[in-house]
Amino acid sequence: MDIKRISRTLANTVFIGFCFLVTFIALAALAAILWSLIGQGFKGIDLNVFTKDTPAPGSTGGLRNAILGSLMLCGFAMLGAAVVGVLAGTWLSEYGKESPYARVVRFMNDVLLSAPSILVGLFVYELMVRPLHGFSGFAGAVALALIAAPVVTRATEDVLNLQPTALREAGIALGAPRWVTIRKVIWRSAGGGLLTGLMLAFARISGETAPLLFTALNNQFFNWNMTKPMSNLPVVIFNYALTPYDDWRRLAWVGALLITVAVLAVNTLVRAISSEGDK
Amino acid sequence: MTTSLQSVEKALIVEAPAAETIKLETQDLSFYYGDHKSLHEVSIPFADKAVTALIGPSGCGKSTLLRALNRIYNLYPGHRAEGQIILDGKDILARGADIAGLRTKVGMVFQKPTPFPMSIYDNVAFGVRLYENISKAELDNRVEEALRRAALWDEVKDKLKRPGTGLSGGQQQRLCVARGVAVRPEVLLLDEPASALDPISTAKLEETITQLKQDHTIVIVTHNMGQAARISDYTAFMYLGRLVEFGRTEQVFTTPRAKRTQDYVTGRFG
Repeated sequence: MDIKRISRTLANTVFIGFCFLVTFIALAALAAILWSLIGQGFKGIDLNVFTKDTPAPGSTGGLRNAILGSLMLCGFAMLGAAVVGVLAGTWLSEYGKESPYARVVRFMNDVLLSAPSILVGLFVYELMVRPLHGFSGFAGAVALALIAAPVVTRATEDVLNLQPTALREAGIALGAPRWVTIRKVIWRSAGGGLLTGLMLAFARISGETAPLLFTALNNQFFNWNMTKPMSNLPVVIFNYALTPYDDWRRLAWVGALLITVAVLAVNTLVRAISSEGDK
Repeated sequence: MTTSLQSVEKALIVEAPAAETIKLETQDLSFYYGDHKSLHEVSIPFADKAVTALIGPSGCGKSTLLRALNRIYNLYPGHRAEGQIILDGKDILARGADIAGLRTKVGMVFQKPTPFPMSIYDNVAFGVRLYENISKAELDNRVEEALRRAALWDEVKDKLKRPGTGLSGGQQQRLCVARGVAVRPEVLLLDEPASALDPISTAKLEETITQLKQDHTIVIVTHNMGQAARISDYTAFMYLGRLVEFGRTEQVFTTPRAKRTQDYVTGRFG
């Protein structure tokens, strides 16, 4: 009896210790990444980062064009992904449900969700860059939208499925057509969740490099024009980090820090919104 | 199981409302969830400006019957009704019946309160705005009238712009009643409207129902015998998808004709 208890206690302690150790390893890796990122990134931050464009090696410069480019690429991508994703997710949850076509759509969406992003880049390269004879901001935005849309679709379907059936029936029972009920009642009731899905998709695409290499490429100059190649943080980081120039590598660290801070901010906002919804 | 089914084959209609007062009526109504038949040829008359209670143990088909009366089941593929449901002389199950129009005529309040995620005012105005293009002042009047009918006006008149979800459960349920009556339906369907409420809120809701009877035909599904006895004029007792007994509430509760009705209302099973 006593031996049994001791061995049980022992097994328990060993297992908890093992869990603790594994968690520690995972967290240590994350902490090490953040540590070097913050250390190196903050060292390089100055006003020039936000006011000057990417420089030639040896001259002073910043990331203004890349920051603007990233914001525009992500902005346009999210615009497209939000429309497609929210509508597709709504269709799956409210109309398609378990119909054969909906199952196919859902499966394809899951495939797209886990498709390697470099494939998406190559696809858009074949679809837009080659036929139109040139890299462009639009091509980059389309590639990012293709990555974000399935995330939004999935999140939308999930959050709409959580809305009580009685709410739908209550709208219908008042004589409201189905789509009015969805728009005015269900979407509104799911508002926080929908926004969370959109922001998570934004966080997902904000660091994507591979799809942009084949589409938006890069641009040394400050550029608002989405039909021209467009600078962006991930590609600048990718290019600069591999060079022997100290000032370029410094800017790469700063770019990485900026993306991390942006993603962190979005995630914090998501948490704030979803905990608000729990109340 | 089969023997008990056979023993209740013929429904006892002890005292039906006079023919000219019948607002709504089911005739040989059967209902199917896919292949499963859950209502068996039910014929019940619902008197105008009266409360009819549907009682019976869980799964007896009373909610199914209620949900057929405004065809809300249409939302779900595989759910279908056979027979006739006559509202004002017209069969609402007939091909080509105007379903949206039907639902403005037949309002419904659900078991759990279902306030929409919008202000109290917008909740009540929701149905009105769908079908009527009226001025702001008129709409204000309609909202006030509906909230007064639902006995909620005094509690919310100073906070109409606040979200409806911020009210207490009982208030939310009366808000849903107000939302339902704002479109001036002729029939109100109540699906266990008090089951999620505390006794005080329940009492208020019952009072509201009694007042609403002056203008509406009310059908209420309830598990609460006391409630059925208190507020209804007619009672239909259902069992295993069939109507067992229908009559004036007094009669059904004090001198039930069917053995099963007696057992149920006296609490011997259910």
